Amino acid sequence: MEENRMIHSTKSRIGDWGFVILCVIVAIMCLLPMFNLLARSLSSTEYLIKHEVYLLPKGLNFEAYKTVLKDPKYLRSFFWTAFLTGVCTILSLTMTTLCAYPLIFEKLKGRHFINILITITMFFNAGTIPNYLLMQKLHLLDNPLVLIVPGCLSVYNMIIMRSFFYGIPDSLRESAEIDGASFFKILWVIYVPLSKPVMATLALFYAVGRWNGYYDALMYMKDKKYYPLQLLIYNILNNINSVEVATQEGFSTPGLSDSLKAATVMFSTIPILCIYPFLQKYFIHGVTLGAVKE
Amino acid sequence: MAKEKAVKGVKTPFNKVYLKRYWQLYALLFLPLLYLIIFKYLPMWYVMIAFKKYSIVQSIWEMPWAKNHGFEYFIKAFKSNDFIRALKNTITLNLKDLIFGFPVPIIFALILNELRLKRFKKTVQTITYMPHFLSWVIIYGLALQLFAPSTGFVNLLINKLGFESVPFLNNSSTWVKTYIGLGIWQSFGWNSIIYLAAIAGVSPELYEAASVDGAGRFQKMWHITLPGIKPTIVVLLIMALGNIIGSGFDRPFAMQNKLVMDAAEVLATYVYKVGIKGLQFSLTTAVGLFQSLVNVIFLLGANFLSRKLGERGIW
Repeated sequence: MEENRMIHSTKSRIGDWGFVILCVIVAIMCLLPMFNLLARSLSSTEYLIKHEVYLLPKGLNFEAYKTVLKDPKYLRSFFWTAFLTGVCTILSLTMTTLCAYPLIFEKLKGRHFINILITITMFFNAGTIPNYLLMQKLHLLDNPLVLIVPGCLSVYNMIIMRSFFYGIPDSLRESAEIDGASFFKILWVIYVPLSKPVMATLALFYAVGRWNGYYDALMYMKDKKYYPLQLLIYNILNNINSVEVATQEGFSTPGLSDSLKAATVMFSTIPILCIYPFLQKYFIHGVTLGAVKE
Repeated sequence: MAKEKAVKGVKTPFNKVYLKRYWQLYALLFLPLLYLIIFKYLPMWYVMIAFKKYSIVQSIWEMPWAKNHGFEYFIKAFKSNDFIRALKNTITLNLKDLIFGFPVPIIFALILNELRLKRFKKTVQTITYMPHFLSWVIIYGLALQLFAPSTGFVNLLINKLGFESVPFLNNSSTWVKTYIGLGIWQSFGWNSIIYLAAIAGVSPELYEAASVDGAGRFQKMWHITLPGIKPTIVVLLIMALGNIIGSGFDRPFAMQNKLVMDAAEVLATYVYKVGIKGLQFSLTTAVGLFQSLVNVIFLLGANFLSRKLGERGIW
């Protein structure tokens, strides 16, 4: 064995370095757009127009960020989205737990039926217009609740949580049952504390989903007061209703407007980029759980 | 284990005694089930308007049936050039996603698996997962900056090499390539997670035996790793085929612009424009129903086919 390794070592070491270099290139490709964006958001207009900004800022200045941070519309939307994200995450986690926990009890009558009911919703969707008409009927159009309630339970995430619950030994639950603990209590005292990894994963999924989502607002929300950040940015990128910005900066200098757009985009991604690396070990596990079929 | 079986064997009747003991579980399920019934099943009722002439003032019952035995709007859709264009684009984009995008995470997982330095591997993973956490609006914002015709990084490089700028986002055929490329960029890292997990499940003994037999790195990949993760690949392929005429809304909508509509209008965005903006509710409900049904058929078909070929299906 040892000898074998010696013979192959030179060849396989070269191979190792090949894979390392490949991975470095791939990683650079992933980061490149972000660096480019950052450089442009920090560069001054003249250099942008002179075609001199590559991956490092030229004429370093923070004007674009200052403009973004002074824009009341942007700030309002930023904090509204942060608030929405918080509320949605807590509500969704609660709903997901409420749904997943009872379904692990084999003694639950109607469990099979409920599982079918849930599975069907994964494969058949009524479609955009029926959903729209439902929101209309429920008086949720233009109601801020429409950004919270309709998305408060994801069946996919529920299945991930249920798989995690299945992994918790039945004996824990059974001995608690014998001791006379109620099902509420078993959930609260045994399952919730043991489920921190999956809770962290799903919290991330729900939070990212809400922070990044704009479909529901586009469909159901006309009141600009309640626009989530992504929809606002969409409008900014496509120069919809950005009259103030345009006149302020002037149409003749697209460069500054570009760095302003860059700063807007950059600033909106920061919260997510700060959080996800710390949850990596959890969400990897979560994704894998979701793939386990029952 | 024996106790479990005993409990399973005895059928407890659904009565007062049972409810007294288990009512809490039903209480916990109440809100989630209410949610599913209201937000997932009630809309299915509204699907009926695909077969009826929609009117704001009438209830669904009162609306008159559409002509041609209720299929007027389906016929109308298939006679409409806009719908056919959206349908074609949806299928084209999804097929290209599948052909070019599907193998990438598998290959990337194989590469990651060859890395020996744990630290380095983890860093590469963290970086490649990043795009998954960006919204499509943000990614479009990134692309606008990166591919800007005269000042963007990529076109600056292309110009420096002496070529003309490429209209990455403003020309139908290049737009499609950009769309597919950005799709791969956004998802390959994330999608590799599942393959990595599958690779971790392949028995190390197989690799040892192959080493003894003198198999090289690539031989091991081809003869051990790939067959080992084949079930995972098949399941994900079935899911992808099941979504062949489905499409997310966020990605195409965020990336569309007036110049590329020929290639960029997909069913989801068509329904939004004609339905929500254009108020043709019956027509677009019919389109949505058609889309859902085709998806279900494809999913079942792919599942059936994979079982026929001796693979595990998704159920």
